[in-house]
Amino acid sequence: MREVAVAGVGYTPFTRASGRPVLDLACDAALAACTDAGLDPALVDGVGTHSVGQDSEPAQAVATALASPGLRWVVDLAMAGQAPCHLVGLAADAIATGRAEAVLVFRALNGRSGAKVGSARFPGRGGPYRYPIGYGAYPMYIATWANRHLHETGQTTDDLGAVAVAHRRYAVLNDRAVVRTPLDLAGHRASPWVAEPFRVADCTREVDGACALLVTTLERARDLRRPPAVVAAAAYRAGPRPGLDLGDHVLTDDYTRNFTDLVRDELFRRAGVTPADVDVAELYDCFSSVVLMSLEGLGLCDRGAAGELVRSGALPVNTHGGLLGEGYLHGMNTVAEAVLQVQGRGGVRQSARHDVVVATSGALMDGSALVLTRDR
Amino acid sequence: MNTPAPPEPDHDSGPFWVALDEERIVLQRCAGCDRLRFPPIGRCPWCREPRSTWTPVDGRGRVYSWTVVHHAFEPAFADDVPYVVATVDLDDGPRIALRCAGVPDFGTRVSPAFVRHDGWTELRVVPDA
Ligand SMILES: [Zn+2]
Repeated sequence: MREVAVAGVGYTPFTRASGRPVLDLACDAALAACTDAGLDPALVDGVGTHSVGQDSEPAQAVATALASPGLRWVVDLAMAGQAPCHLVGLAADAIATGRAEAVLVFRALNGRSGAKVGSARFPGRGGPYRYPIGYGAYPMYIATWANRHLHETGQTTDDLGAVAVAHRRYAVLNDRAVVRTPLDLAGHRASPWVAEPFRVADCTREVDGACALLVTTLERARDLRRPPAVVAAAAYRAGPRPGLDLGDHVLTDDYTRNFTDLVRDELFRRAGVTPADVDVAELYDCFSSVVLMSLEGLGLCDRGAAGELVRSGALPVNTHGGLLGEGYLHGMNTVAEAVLQVQGRGGVRQSARHDVVVATSGALMDGSALVLTRDR
Repeated sequence: MNTPAPPEPDHDSGPFWVALDEERIVLQRCAGCDRLRFPPIGRCPWCREPRSTWTPVDGRGRVYSWTVVHHAFEPAFADDVPYVVATVDLDDGPRIALRCAGVPDFGTRVSPAFVRHDGWTELRVVPDA
């Protein structure tokens, strides 16, 4: 088995209205990732992406527009925020076993000017009972989990506020972020309710844009422009009865533990590290509560102590400002930030220690995670 | 005026919606493990048994969690905000998400209420006094 690394990342600007086709955004980010790594795009032999409904373009379209000489590997996942780490894991498996050499993984969408996923209707067997009664948007579903989680762990909306404030501090330092006005706890408390316990400041901002990663062998990555971000382990987990569609969670028993609780042991064991070794955490945060639940689930703090950990600043979390601040690229940008941190390219947002970075994709019943490490 | 899009009853959901029109609640009871389940589907998600029987339940239960919705994500609900959606654990077993009249607490006991819309009936819950 060959070792695998992320060799480069690429972004388009994140905007309210790109005025451009999604395919153009996808190609720009994909080419930017190749340029970042210093790899000839003609050497790419795999493309993977994900979409919700009809909000993106298939991998084959990107291969076509980038004049690919041919593909050996392709994946189009019908999956939301659970997908990015999972896609990197699938690409890593293919590269490790010799079924691909250089894979582009991307997310592209006009998520602000086009179809908005937050209030999208998902196909499936659960929706027909939710949509007619006004239970039809993602903030409501996750708010219901967050309410129970705060209750059982003895945390409060000020702990959500701690997440929002800490993320905003990083977002202010991030040129790519779409929300850069400073925020303090008083500002969080004054932010209007969306769906209790979430205020506007607890919610990600939908944007237009694209983000791409270039994944290849560690051996090849060592010869490219950037330090390799070694894929130490990737894992996906769902528990029993993960639901009938993206918004169906009434078959899940416990709303206070998400997939991170299930994925933790396998992820860290296969990476050969422990939660105590984690230097930076880049955690999927469509809403602030998911950061609390994922810190606890990954074992980066005790149950109920996530708000305190965030307030302490002892662990750098979401150094890009999170999806809350940088914008909602469905967590592909969360993984890209993990790569930049491992590579030591975080600029003013760079963590001093960055040997081991954990990233997650997903918020509720199921999701995926990655451990990236420095090349040692 | 609140005019949400009506449900579209199908093979799985038809009996549930028809019963609500008669102010009754019916759920599938698994022929294999005897569990009641929601949402209606063709196999039991605990034991994969396909056979089930539509069974009346009283719709009483306890609130597991809830959200107060302040932002109307669809125009049809603009006149309703703020409103509560509660996740209710029915005494008969299944968990179901329903509109709730009033803000509950964790564990609040609730009883069913049937709300007529144009062409369909919605199941809601009301906190017990
Ligand atoms: Zn059964």
